[in-house]
Amino acid sequence: MATVELRFSALPEHVRTARLVAAAVARRAGVDEAVLDEVRLAVGEACSRAVGLHQSSGITAPVKVALIEDEKQFSIEVGDEAPHAAPAERVAGGAAADADVEAEEDEMGLAVISGLVDDVEVTTGENGGLIRMSWPTAPPAAALA
Amino acid sequence: MDLSLSTRTVGDRTVVEVGGEIDVYTAPKLREQLVELVNDGNFHLVVDMEGVDFLDSTGLGVLVGGLKRVRAHEGSLRLVCNQERILKIFRITGLTKVFPIHTSVEEAVAATD
Repeated sequence: MATVELRFSALPEHVRTARLVAAAVARRAGVDEAVLDEVRLAVGEACSRAVGLHQSSGITAPVKVALIEDEKQFSIEVGDEAPHAAPAERVAGGAAADADVEAEEDEMGLAVISGLVDDVEVTTGENGGLIRMSWPTAPPAAALA
Repeated sequence: MDLSLSTRTVGDRTVVEVGGEIDVYTAPKLREQLVELVNDGNFHLVVDMEGVDFLDSTGLGVLVGGLKRVRAHEGSLRLVCNQERILKIFRITGLTKVFPIHTSVEEAVAATD
């Protein structure tokens, strides 16, 4: 199992908690202090996006965050349960204007994540999406130095 | 930490001093403040971000929304920010080309371009 797992109701006020927990676990795992701001921002973006997706799809299930400490890297997985339409299914035009605005905000969050994190993987399917992000960690000896 | 907002008038500019964290939870408060200012006829805004500890894409969206509103009245929205961690977010999203970003409130208030 993940080093630390977090589930929270899909409400904006809990995103800050997820950021704080993720940054604390990342620091403990040996992620460079200079990168912690990026971890905080990236996990916040991923969680905000998941909260938005759950709220707009009327999903009551919690958002899941897994913080995983491996030997040489620290990973964060943020999972949502919103059914994602394939890009080809998105319809342009007046009726879809609201959906377009939401898609735009959604993409802004993803743009920030991909600008911040080198190692990021976004998978989506009918049963939800997952954003997986990884950062290198310093070996324990170096972390103590 | 919550979001703090205070406004003051300097000449024909309205300075909005923002402090704390701008994220998916607090951004609506900033949006309300900007909408209210524009509705009250304040079209030249300076948003002072020096006290901001955290900014995410939701916050960026609100600032872009504010810019659209003031531009509809031939107004302006200038930012004051010297913090590298915050400036980085504007850079990676390309928004440094959209917002005039100043190093001090005095500079932003004096700017006319």
